[in-house]
Amino acid sequence: MITYHKPASGAHVGANKSVSQIMGQVMLAIAPATAFGLLCFGWPAIFLFLITIASAVLFEALCIRLKGKPAKPAIMDGSAVLTGWLLAMTLPPWAPWWIGVTGSALAIILGKQVYGGLGQNLFNPAMLARVALLISFPIEMTTWANISPLFFSHSPSFAESWQITFSGLQNLDAYTGATTLGYIKTEFSQNHILPDILQDYSALQNFIGWTRGSLGETSTLLLGLGGVWLMRQNIIQWQIPVSLLTTVVVLSGIFHLLDSDHYVSPFLHLNSGAMLCVAFFIATDYVTSPNTSAGQCVFGASCGLLIFVIRTWGAYPEGAGFAVLLMNSATPLIDYYIKPRIYGRDRQGKPLEIPKS
Amino acid sequence: MLSGLSWLKPPRIRGGVHAEERKANTAAQAIVTDFPMPKKLYIPLQQHVGKPAEPLIRVGEMVLKGQLLAYSQGMISAPVHAPSSGTIIDVNDYPAPHPSALPIRMIVVETNGKNQWLELPEIGDPFLLSPEDISLRVGAAGIVGLGGATFPTAVKLNMGRENHIDTLIINGAECEPYLSCDDRQMQERSEQIIDGVRLMLHGMETHHAVVAIEDNKPNAFYAMAAAARHFPAIKVIQIPTRYPMGWDRQLIRYVTGREVPVGCRSSEIGVTIHNVGTAYATHKAIRHGQPLVSRVITVSGGAVGKPMNVEVPLGTLISELFAFCGVDTAQTARIVMGGPMMGDSLPHTGLPTVKATSGVLALTQAELKSTDEQPCIRCASCLTVCPAGLRPVDMANHIKANQLDAAVDIGLKDCISCGCCSYICPSNIPLVQYFKYASGEVAARQQAQHKSEQTKKLMAARQMRLERIAQQQLEEEQARIAAKKERERLQAEQETAAL
Repeated sequence: MITYHKPASGAHVGANKSVSQIMGQVMLAIAPATAFGLLCFGWPAIFLFLITIASAVLFEALCIRLKGKPAKPAIMDGSAVLTGWLLAMTLPPWAPWWIGVTGSALAIILGKQVYGGLGQNLFNPAMLARVALLISFPIEMTTWANISPLFFSHSPSFAESWQITFSGLQNLDAYTGATTLGYIKTEFSQNHILPDILQDYSALQNFIGWTRGSLGETSTLLLGLGGVWLMRQNIIQWQIPVSLLTTVVVLSGIFHLLDSDHYVSPFLHLNSGAMLCVAFFIATDYVTSPNTSAGQCVFGASCGLLIFVIRTWGAYPEGAGFAVLLMNSATPLIDYYIKPRIYGRDRQGKPLEIPKS
Repeated sequence: MLSGLSWLKPPRIRGGVHAEERKANTAAQAIVTDFPMPKKLYIPLQQHVGKPAEPLIRVGEMVLKGQLLAYSQGMISAPVHAPSSGTIIDVNDYPAPHPSALPIRMIVVETNGKNQWLELPEIGDPFLLSPEDISLRVGAAGIVGLGGATFPTAVKLNMGRENHIDTLIINGAECEPYLSCDDRQMQERSEQIIDGVRLMLHGMETHHAVVAIEDNKPNAFYAMAAAARHFPAIKVIQIPTRYPMGWDRQLIRYVTGREVPVGCRSSEIGVTIHNVGTAYATHKAIRHGQPLVSRVITVSGGAVGKPMNVEVPLGTLISELFAFCGVDTAQTARIVMGGPMMGDSLPHTGLPTVKATSGVLALTQAELKSTDEQPCIRCASCLTVCPAGLRPVDMANHIKANQLDAAVDIGLKDCISCGCCSYICPSNIPLVQYFKYASGEVAARQQAQHKSEQTKKLMAARQMRLERIAQQQLEEEQARIAAKKERERLQAEQETAAL
């Protein structure tokens, strides 16, 4: 008689969706926007992208080895690649190589492994790294390359690109400018009003992504499509993106209606900076967002509120990173107060009353 | 008018998963009824919730099919009957159909191949019987909940009468993947099942029944609806296919909109729920006087050569069932009794089928969920799918840290082990395993605590008794001394007087 040792509880069968498949689908969702960004900003962006991901994987392997565990399974789950990828998307495309390496070190070591690795971190690693870089290296992190697609005559050649990434950019002003949000902020400080500021603004170009900005954050269209696809794949839920974007639209809509000279329109808000990338791919990070639907709505709406406040009245033109980090720190609190109701019990956990017939 | 506000009500189905069904190969063919009679049948004395039955036969005695072997004892219990005619060859401990395969008491019948029924009583019109009589007969036939819960049916009928049930729900959900025994019975035995439902209504003095069938079983639904068309008291409905739709409390909320409070029985809110197989057994018991001696079992899984639904006598060893169905033992990676979501894995096939056995699965490695456990990524899928509204991830974390009380505080005891969380977890964390371990550990600790409290009480009582005795002895001693002194004084007085 054959005996089958090791008793096991149900379920004996399972849904075929593993951690690495989830990570893979998120990568698929951000691939079009990233590819578009790489195309628009050319070889320097490609170098930075590869360096950031490679160093993220290396730092992950290093940390896991220091823990005395085999590195391969942890690398294969894809989380380190995804972290590096998301970080690269939020960097200025022509940033020097050490920005990518430092960012990956911050994300993987400080943002993830010191907490105990995958699933244990309080803050989104990519956002933590981006904000730390922004505060530490403000020049490099706010130098925005002009659109200079691969193989165009005015774009830097392979050799020039190599120089940009590895020895720093010479003759900065010829190749760089301000992002839409940065430009508006500067103009406001000189008491100009919106209709004048936005004379040259093209909504369509911004929507497609033909504009200065972070490596993978420029194309509203492709990020939106990726996000919607990810929702349809049931990898992310609607709660965080919808509540975040709705809050921004409603708030900016009210202010824009009251004073369209000094408050940016909801459409421009959605169409610029890190808005869609954060709403679909950063704020929805499983590890650092609340567990319940209601909690996720609170989280998303609060992120939206903070983004709007920082963009409108803060010192930085873009507030998405700060907003997400602040709300990450509130996630345990949200999960503590917003819990599902147990069947047969009220919200306080007491058994329901027997209804009198 | 209020229908426009219906979206304000809480969702009627909470959580759940849609697992791959894998029912088609067994659901498409008729129930096999010519299973060859095994040489030996192993009949456990406990095949139900409650106290085990007490044997009243002796080794060596001849028995007929349907003869009472062991009678029920106590309020909640059920008798067992001989599944075929033959000789009692042993009453002893044999491995139980349980993951542990620990020995439990069983009666072993060596069959004589005649399969000869006991003389069955003549039955008149059962609707002339009193409701109490229906319960008595159902109890005497050894009928228990055949959906797997195995609660004695007669007790439920009695509770129904006492609590004035307004709705009897007949559970035809059969939401577990692979299983199709209820589906086939509803297709082939719909008239008998509906008759059983009518008898149950009579036994509970209830006037309204709802037969709920998942909408992945249209043939069963049509058959049952056709069988019930002359009986306005019985409504047959289709319900969404979503595991665990057959969880009694989920089904009650879906059908009646009522939620059973924690710690209450459904009868306290006016609802009772029975399985379709139980209704069929009731029909057999009341109309034909036949006790529960066989049941339909789904034998399926990737390692089964001829997957089927087969009616077998209770006590048939799984090894014989597997031989009949052509199970490839080399391919079998796990044997599961019940469905793949909630069923128990068994250590070997030398174990008998019992009243609770709705299915026996021989699963291949490819069908099993991976056991390669990875770190939790807090995806919260387990919260989303939990039909009980629990937070499996938080409970498991508490249990890993050995904080069992904290796990109980956030709802461990409300877990129904449905397996949805384990099913969905992308990190292959065996959540249900944690919960079962913790529940067992909590029970053991409570028992130990109870024991030490009992010991303390006894110690205190002994101490008090000893003190009381010492006090008594002291008082007696004092009384004796006092009496002696008094005597001496009197004597002295007398002596003085005499002088």
